[in-house]
Amino acid sequence: MSTQRELDDLVKAGYEHGFVTEVESETLPPGLNEDTIRFISAKKNEPEWMLEYRLKAYRHWLTLEEPDWAHLQHDPIDYQAISYYSAPKKAGDGPKSLDEVDPELIETYNKLGIPLEEQKALAGVAVDAVFDSVSVATTFREELAKAGVIFCSISEAVHEYPELVKKYLGSVVPHTDNFFACLNAAVFSDGTFVYIPEGVRCPMELSTYFRINEAKTGQFERTLIVADKGAYVSYLEGCTAPMRDENQLHAAVVELIALEDAKIKYSTVQNWYPGDEKGRGGIYNFVTKRGDCRGDRSHISWTQVETGSAITWKYPSCILSGDDSVGEFYSVAVTRGYQQADTGTKMYHIGRNTRSTIVSKGISAAHGQNAYRGLVRMGPKAENARNHTQCDSLLIGDQCGAHTFPYIEVRNPTAKVEHEATTSKISEDQLFYCRQRGLSEEDAVSMIVNGFCKEVFNELPMEFAVEARKLLNITLEGAVG
Amino acid sequence: MLTIKNLHVNVDGKEILRGLDLEIGTGEVHAIMGPNGSGKSTLSYVLAGRDGYEVTEGEVIFAGKNLLEMEPEERAWAGIFLAMQYPVELPGVNNMSFLRESVNAVRRARGEEELDAIAFMKLVRERAELVKLPEKLLKRSVNAGFSGGEKKRNEILQMALLEPKLTILDEIDSGLDIDALRTVAEGVNALRSPERSFLMITHYQRLLDYIEPDHIHVLAHGRIVRSGGKELALELEEKGYGWILEEEAAA
Repeated sequence: MSTQRELDDLVKAGYEHGFVTEVESETLPPGLNEDTIRFISAKKNEPEWMLEYRLKAYRHWLTLEEPDWAHLQHDPIDYQAISYYSAPKKAGDGPKSLDEVDPELIETYNKLGIPLEEQKALAGVAVDAVFDSVSVATTFREELAKAGVIFCSISEAVHEYPELVKKYLGSVVPHTDNFFACLNAAVFSDGTFVYIPEGVRCPMELSTYFRINEAKTGQFERTLIVADKGAYVSYLEGCTAPMRDENQLHAAVVELIALEDAKIKYSTVQNWYPGDEKGRGGIYNFVTKRGDCRGDRSHISWTQVETGSAITWKYPSCILSGDDSVGEFYSVAVTRGYQQADTGTKMYHIGRNTRSTIVSKGISAAHGQNAYRGLVRMGPKAENARNHTQCDSLLIGDQCGAHTFPYIEVRNPTAKVEHEATTSKISEDQLFYCRQRGLSEEDAVSMIVNGFCKEVFNELPMEFAVEARKLLNITLEGAVG
Repeated sequence: MLTIKNLHVNVDGKEILRGLDLEIGTGEVHAIMGPNGSGKSTLSYVLAGRDGYEVTEGEVIFAGKNLLEMEPEERAWAGIFLAMQYPVELPGVNNMSFLRESVNAVRRARGEEELDAIAFMKLVRERAELVKLPEKLLKRSVNAGFSGGEKKRNEILQMALLEPKLTILDEIDSGLDIDALRTVAEGVNALRSPERSFLMITHYQRLLDYIEPDHIHVLAHGRIVRSGGKELALELEEKGYGWILEEEAAA
């Protein structure tokens, strides 16, 4: 069959790009030392400079201690108990059909209205569906190539565009930045590289979902997005479907660089496994995300909807170096069950007339704990810089918690900083009112919660917003007892 | 339409209603008056099904069904509407969307077709004019930042949209100046019909100047102690509640 042959060719073609080397073993035993890093680098056939970068990070990491200042509780992580490399899974490794997949997961897929073929791909069922997505992705790639946009895996970029990678990798989040970013720099598995050339408006929303070899980027993902002068890109990360992963610790790094007049819009929907009803086994999502508005009049906008993970610990931030640059952060974070979140942002105002907006919406239900932590720093040269922060918490039930930790540092007398915060509870009165008007309790909760999150959802690309709304409804099902 | 027999209700372990009887026929307008703390608001919440009101004795039959077994939303679907004394605010929830969700939830439950955005828009404009609710309030969040009068008019608009069989107006006149009261009353009067019943709960006689009831009842110590026609209201206006309470105590 010709399609079968094409499929085989494609699969092989993918491997030719340097994923597989003569090394035979597919998964490393647990443990971390310099040999582990050399192994990972060799597996990826990396050039010497990349290996050096990793080793330098590793040696620095040895001198660091795991931070404990967040409003979070978890058992100590044993870094020697983690396996730092496992090769991309091959067809046949996953479940043979959807019948072998957890029925609860399938039910959630159905509620989200995900087509059957996509369900298979998400659940890791290895079938012909993969061929469809490969061909879709190929079409996308051709269109992007026409525009001159580079959109590939980091591993590929290391080989194909070493100059760009060398110039920008670690330039926003250096390996010395923090414990988890440093670990990531040493052992990062794979991730995404995007480069939008000068003056180009990326012709479509970019999403990891369409990238070939997307499966198994692993727990130490690395993303680097560069928008050259006057360029524009909107990037979507994640997906509303629940993702399961046997790796508990996820320590990703995302770096964004916007040069003069460039704009990057980065949207995340995070729905990793939150653990069972007691909170056991969920993902620890410890991510460093930072954007640098390097050029004048550049603009970086983060939007995130965080519903998954046992622990979410991240602060997508903006360094507003260029004059008149703009940073934005819109966030919805939901915690229920025994989920914990310590999330927020940092806005570093360095250039003149820089502006930033922070809108954070935290929702806590059941035993969920939700903390907003944000820093707004107005540097001495940030003439006429402005920030507006709005930070709202919504409580559902009486066992959950919401906490707010705003930090404001102003070193320029012309700068203006505004901070507004509210905490509210879905009240008995509100629910009774809605039910008296014929709405079920669940519909009432979903309506009130969606109203609460509206400002953030408005920032998401249209289809993503619809999905995020659905996801929120499913997440909060049964939240009111 | 509504029959209440020997209704006893506890709130936080304290008996508030003590054997209340009331019969409201189809198309009738009843007013319940009474001093503070007599149980007026308790009655309206029990009928609407609010949590925290424990029925210890008695029964309530609405349109042939045992009302006390139904959830609040089921009562709404069956045609009970409570215009509240203090309508709550729903920040971020667009008033227009709320009204549409509400109307469609009730239509779904009644097996009627849902209204699409255009059909609903037309309906809501027409009814908003009836209660003189400025259209800009439809675009705001439900009751958020509304004045007292606007909140009450918004309640009446919801009533006009849901077309309930029995409307309970819980102190709809409280906090309204005379103009606002007149507008609200006009809205209610416009919806009076032989198929629709109303139960007005009020502290003051003045509401009855604008919405004329067929029957008036006086509620005291958790029971209806006196019933009569319009003339009862005038008597109350003149003499207050004291004489009834005294007669009651003597009996």
